[in-house]
Amino acid sequence: MADRFVTRGFVGKRQDAGSAADRVPPGQHLVSDFPVLSAGPTPRTDLRKWSFRIEGLVKEPAQWTWDEFQALPAQEFLKDISCVTKWTKLDTHWRGVSADVLLEHVELDPRARFVVAFSDGGYTTNLPIPDLINGQAFVAYAYEGKPLAPEHGGPARLVVPHLYFWKSAKWVRGLRFLADDRPGFWESLGYNNHGDPWKEERYSGD
Amino acid sequence: MTDDPLQDLVLDGNAVAGSLVDAFGEEMTATPGECASCGNVAPLAGLVAYTRGPGIVLRCPACTAVMIRIARTRQGIFVDVQGARGVAMPPAALRPIA
Repeated sequence: MADRFVTRGFVGKRQDAGSAADRVPPGQHLVSDFPVLSAGPTPRTDLRKWSFRIEGLVKEPAQWTWDEFQALPAQEFLKDISCVTKWTKLDTHWRGVSADVLLEHVELDPRARFVVAFSDGGYTTNLPIPDLINGQAFVAYAYEGKPLAPEHGGPARLVVPHLYFWKSAKWVRGLRFLADDRPGFWESLGYNNHGDPWKEERYSGD
Repeated sequence: MTDDPLQDLVLDGNAVAGSLVDAFGEEMTATPGECASCGNVAPLAGLVAYTRGPGIVLRCPACTAVMIRIARTRQGIFVDVQGARGVAMPPAALRPIA
């Protein structure tokens, strides 16, 4: 944790158009729109009742109201995203709070090895802690300069751009740290537990 | 009607009749299913179907709880019916075990 580098600056840079093909993982195709995928009705959480919580194997849980969350150090992120339904979108521009910043507010139990992100509506997804930290994941509340739209997971969603986008839980409300892995909504239904697009980890057994 | 822009993504169980056959081996749309969360009973054709995702999610039309999930993967079809208590399988599905 001590050597972690946290910046409020713009993370990522646009690349030459000619290299776009090199940025599309195997089996994926490029899209210019932003497809909406959902497993249920869009939650409408009143921001006055919204909170974000870190719980489970932590010494003391941490919780923020919407206003408190907005006051946390935020960053801009420019990331390519890939959905397991085979679309990839380049240079998506987000604003949010790095998971590293959130984790500065809790003391993890040494037994903690996995995390489950949980959302309004009951959706869950699981990650090993090494995929959450060191600038790899953030909780986004703005997309392309505007508040994140509900159909894209607003008011806030997890974004873990190096994994298939089902890991980037919409309507996220917290992170629960666990000693044992607990497969989430799609991971428990035949989808890969890890979901690295560059390794085409789509399904269990891939 | 609602102002939910996702409403146009929402179908009913008829739209996934083929996937239900794949999952259960029989035509299932007329088969009643009971929601494990609220007890509402509806034919599977009457469930709310979300199909634009990694898999198919069928929800209770009364309380929106997940009743049935179906995912087609390289290993085969995964079916989760934990949210549906007492789906009455049609007689044709009750084949003796060979």
